Amino acid sequence: MTSGVVIAQIATGFDKFLNALINGIALGAVYALLALGFVLIFKATQVINFAHGALAAVGAFLTASFATVLNFPGRFLPDMPNWAQWSLSALFAVLAAAVVGLFVERIFIRPMIGEPLFSVAIITIGVDIILRTINDDFVGQGARTLGDPWGIQVIGVGNLFINQTQIVTVGAALLCFGLIAWFLRSRMGVAMRATAFDQEAAQAQGINVGRVFSISWAIGAALAAVAGIFSSMAPRAAGVTNFTAFVVFRAFPALIIGGLDSVIGAVVGGFLVGIGEVVIGTYTAGLSGVLGVGFGLIVPYLLMLVFLFIRPYGLFGTEEIRRV
Amino acid sequence: MRGRPLLYTSYEADSAMLPSASKKVAMGVLLLVAFTLPLQLIPGLKWLGSNPWLVVLGQALIFAIGALGLNILTGLAGQVSLGHAFFMGMGAYTAAILGGETGRGVVGFGLPIWIWLPAAGIVAALIGILVAPTAVRVRGLYLAFVTIALVFVGDHIFRNLRIVSGGPGVGRTWPPLEVKLWKEEEPLLAVSSDGSWFGIDFSRQAKQYIFLLGLLIVFALFHKNIARTRLGRAFAAIRDRDIAAEIMGVDEVSYKALAFAVSSFFAGVSGALLASFFGSRTPESWDLVLSVTFIAIILIGGAGTTAGAILGAFFVVMVPRLVENFTRLLGELTGGEGVLAAIANFILKSGANDFGLIGTSVIGPGLSTFQVNLLLYGLLIVVFLIFEPLGLYGIWLRVRNYWKGWPFSY
Repeated sequence: MTSGVVIAQIATGFDKFLNALINGIALGAVYALLALGFVLIFKATQVINFAHGALAAVGAFLTASFATVLNFPGRFLPDMPNWAQWSLSALFAVLAAAVVGLFVERIFIRPMIGEPLFSVAIITIGVDIILRTINDDFVGQGARTLGDPWGIQVIGVGNLFINQTQIVTVGAALLCFGLIAWFLRSRMGVAMRATAFDQEAAQAQGINVGRVFSISWAIGAALAAVAGIFSSMAPRAAGVTNFTAFVVFRAFPALIIGGLDSVIGAVVGGFLVGIGEVVIGTYTAGLSGVLGVGFGLIVPYLLMLVFLFIRPYGLFGTEEIRRV
Repeated sequence: MRGRPLLYTSYEADSAMLPSASKKVAMGVLLLVAFTLPLQLIPGLKWLGSNPWLVVLGQALIFAIGALGLNILTGLAGQVSLGHAFFMGMGAYTAAILGGETGRGVVGFGLPIWIWLPAAGIVAALIGILVAPTAVRVRGLYLAFVTIALVFVGDHIFRNLRIVSGGPGVGRTWPPLEVKLWKEEEPLLAVSSDGSWFGIDFSRQAKQYIFLLGLLIVFALFHKNIARTRLGRAFAAIRDRDIAAEIMGVDEVSYKALAFAVSSFFAGVSGALLASFFGSRTPESWDLVLSVTFIAIILIGGAGTTAGAILGAFFVVMVPRLVENFTRLLGELTGGEGVLAAIANFILKSGANDFGLIGTSVIGPGLSTFQVNLLLYGLLIVVFLIFEPLGLYGIWLRVRNYWKGWPFSY
């Protein structure tokens, strides 16, 4: 698993805080992407997707193979700059992950419509095990580098050190948020929101609920893949490993803090958790004798537990109304 | 009224543990077979009584106790918990402190089993009661996330409390499965060493198996009695419609707390036994994977039923071993000639260019046995949920009903 505290230790005072904040924002972007995909699937289909981490790992692995082993589509476009070749590879990998998401929905989730939510959630655990095992077999032991052109290069501004990958991460995340915001206003997005609101009523209005399900899984899987790609890059990881999928477990708190059914909540929660994890992790690193090694890693969970007691449905989640 | 097995004329008869004579006989035969398994008396089941398989069965018995616990919480009371591993870990480390030995940087008081085993359950149950108020405040799937948090926070604590757990990757010594009165040298009932019981020679594995089987029977009775009495009905009412249950006078807060407490008691005992049985558990072993295993057990077995949880535990523990044996068999077959060898060669992958599914080594090409197990495990969860939501118990019901009405279809 990637370590929670990857900070230029030389920085002190306010610079230390700023460095932690930047690292936190970059990590938060990954969490926000994961949470966003999760929420989209949950809103549209009412399914808690425990296979989200596996989809992220699949996306990262596909990027690694497209960009390094297969050199696709770079081999057909030799004149393109490196970053553009890699971005295209990543884009194709994300699309392929979306197709995987489509298949998962079609094969495993569609037959379960109308079954208890708990059963469907557990099915996704089964799907997670299957996807992860196959993906791990392809990845093999050790880390597979993604072959991104930024590597561990750093941009220094005064005492601040920003990894180029972090800038790309935040940029890609913002692009995804923009696309999702645009999508939710499009015809299909409105259909999805209607389905989320009331499946039967949506069906009565002529919305193809089955297609909405498929598309929400495809988009969710694509977002998971983007998150998977950026979570297996420097400075947090050397590449895709058999542990890449577990990044999602630290994004769960983001979901709960934001509210399981809120798109804005997922993004806000993601950044909150990412920043909280890195900043608190940085400042408690010296206290490892008292709090234990790697305290930063459980900060998201502690934050989540605190939030649950204050607001059981998250910051932006809809409160469940209990009727007799 | 004789000869009408489905006609009950009193509540007592309806909620009896074994409502019909045939069930009593079947249970008797089952227990007899189970207890005499290590003696290898029955021709077809001799392999099951061999020492390596008795270890597998012992693990299944321990898992069955834990699964019964989760079944109370998730199957009966309907509270989804992915935190079972946390409670198991709590129980295990309670047992380790009370029953283990001091040394190599860890503490232990070396107390006998009749102290550490119940204490493991009680401490876990108390922590369960502490967690329960969250379950009242946080409903449904949100609760699943809270319990995931428990596992991760627990993992952090276990890793870092080196004086209790021995530290990550290292582990500690665990109390042995021996029945002692106090700290005497010669145990009252030697479970973890070869020797004779009642004049019959038993191996260590056989003794542990019989001891654990006895414990499972106690816990299964406990579970069955909860399920068929007032407490179980209250749990079921909360599961089916919590608000309606409250209106009928079932106090949600206290019954949920009780469900967590009882479930955690089972988990604590199961965790303590598991660590003691294998004698080596590192702090990392109480993780989410273990929790998911238990969820899988009760789903594959059949949620909410006593027999289902036990069946599921045996199934989930034994299938990986069967797959392992199958792979070994394939490996042996490839050495021979003929159709069987060709088929085995087709399935088995030995080189990089060989088409095949199952690899012969862990790191080499193809899926390792471990990965095949995982894959199968995932598939089983999915297939059972899609095709047979009642699990193995549901299959059993179908088989039974078929023969009940035979030769008519219903």
